[in-house]
Amino acid sequence: MAGNSGKTIRFPREAKPERGAGAPAPIEVADLTVTYHRKPVLRDINLLIKEGGLTAVIGPNGAGKSTLLKAIMGIIPLASGEVRVFGEPIDRSRGLVGYVPQRGSVDWDFPTNALDVVLMGRYGKLGLFQRPRARDRETALACLEKVGMAPYAGRQISQLSGGQQQRVFLARALAQEAEVYLMDEPLAGVDAATERAVIEILKDLQARGKTVVCVHHDLQTVTSYFDQVVLLNLRLVASGPTESAFTPSNLRATYGGGLTLLSDVLETLERSGS
Amino acid sequence: MIEFVEALGEHAFLRGALLAGLLASVACGVVGSYVVARRISYIAGGIAHCVLGGMGAARYFSVVHGWEWAHPLYGALAAAILGALVIGWVSLRLREREDTVISAVWSFGMAVGVLFIWKTPGYNEDLMNYLFGNILIISGHDLWLLGILDVCVLAMGVMCYRPLLAVCFDEEYARLRGVSVEFYYLLLLLLAAVTVVVLVTVVGIILAIAMLTLPAAAAGQFSRTLWRMMVTATLFCAGIVALGLAASYGPNLPAGATMIVLACLLYALATFLGPMVRGAKKA
Repeated sequence: MAGNSGKTIRFPREAKPERGAGAPAPIEVADLTVTYHRKPVLRDINLLIKEGGLTAVIGPNGAGKSTLLKAIMGIIPLASGEVRVFGEPIDRSRGLVGYVPQRGSVDWDFPTNALDVVLMGRYGKLGLFQRPRARDRETALACLEKVGMAPYAGRQISQLSGGQQQRVFLARALAQEAEVYLMDEPLAGVDAATERAVIEILKDLQARGKTVVCVHHDLQTVTSYFDQVVLLNLRLVASGPTESAFTPSNLRATYGGGLTLLSDVLETLERSGS
Repeated sequence: MIEFVEALGEHAFLRGALLAGLLASVACGVVGSYVVARRISYIAGGIAHCVLGGMGAARYFSVVHGWEWAHPLYGALAAAILGALVIGWVSLRLREREDTVISAVWSFGMAVGVLFIWKTPGYNEDLMNYLFGNILIISGHDLWLLGILDVCVLAMGVMCYRPLLAVCFDEEYARLRGVSVEFYYLLLLLLAAVTVVVLVTVVGIILAIAMLTLPAAAAGQFSRTLWRMMVTATLFCAGIVALGLAASYGPNLPAGATMIVLACLLYALATFLGPMVRGAKKA
């Protein structure tokens, strides 16, 4: 690069996004349709996720919640539509997106330990043949510390409990030092201690101005954990602040009438809303 | 055993056999661990069996058409690489038909090999050597080729450790992090292909897949990380080769088959002992 003239300004590959009024939203989804074997699994989704929000994506099984996250990250093909992350196509903004997949998506018998899994969060910042540097290790250990898993850094992952495995996944996403975090059911099947730890981290991310989108299954806790909600059932039913979008009519439209689990939530909502 | 050690001092062919086996152990330990961890033994099996097509063709062209340079090992290498690319392409593009296509490639390679061997005049002793291996007839040229392949596999397997680990553990996440999943998946299959060729000279086509996977699977029982698994698998593999050669020498048994029996015993023992060792470590 010796001959480079002083006129061009080079940004680092993973530049920080613009902030403030008029800046592009963390996630913008326009007319998104995703098909699987020609059958639509998401149809005509238009969605805007605001910066600094803590968003729950809810909907029945097969509603396309995980698919929506994967479409935003560009790891499944789109039938039509467009996704932008901080105003850029995902290929150029990939480094800004942290991801926590469903726990069941990997083989936990794989011969690796917790620290190595968290180090994978640093790979986007590593070149070909490059080994993790001391700084990457420090970050990974700090992230394990943050989720209360530092004492288990050297433990083989099959020797961890479900909640501990979930925390390792969360630490891996934190190690990415991303701006937007997409999480697929981070609270599914975890113990109460892990649930508290995860929520604390979500709130901390929010306090630091990060944007978090979680697929969430427990309707009882939506209002206490999240300030934004996306209701999904193949199509977008509603989205927005929890107090205005998480309403009995929207829930009925999302889940249909027949869900018994829904009745408790509806009752609570109707009582508090009236 | 003492008889074997004495014979080792006397006979160069035995030293060559041992050296070939130990060279193969390194590639086998490293690549076998990836294959077992990623659970693609079936794919590696497909690649291994294609090799017969290449060996048969090379033998045919060298005997019938006088292509002296067409050494069976070159044929094996070409067939393994071609097989790996076809299977890799299929498993990346046509996931739902993967098993059918692998079986087809597997049988096609063997069928082509049998046809070529059938049309090659002379004894069909070659066929037995290809299928079950004969480490005792290894030549100086073979040893050089093994050494070069071994260095290539080891260099790639070690240099690309981090991205290969990421792709093997969580393909989707690796893709999100900007790792070229397709590239590394094909690289892994190519490494498996080259390793299979190395192993074919030691234990033959049919037994290569057992040698590739069993020591690694046994090592997996005692290893917390992939690289420890590789080191342990290499040591297991080297132990099996040396013991297999020694045990087969006295009673004049086929060395390859003896090694595989030992590998199976080791695997059974490891499966039994593994949980106990892990339990003790955790406590």
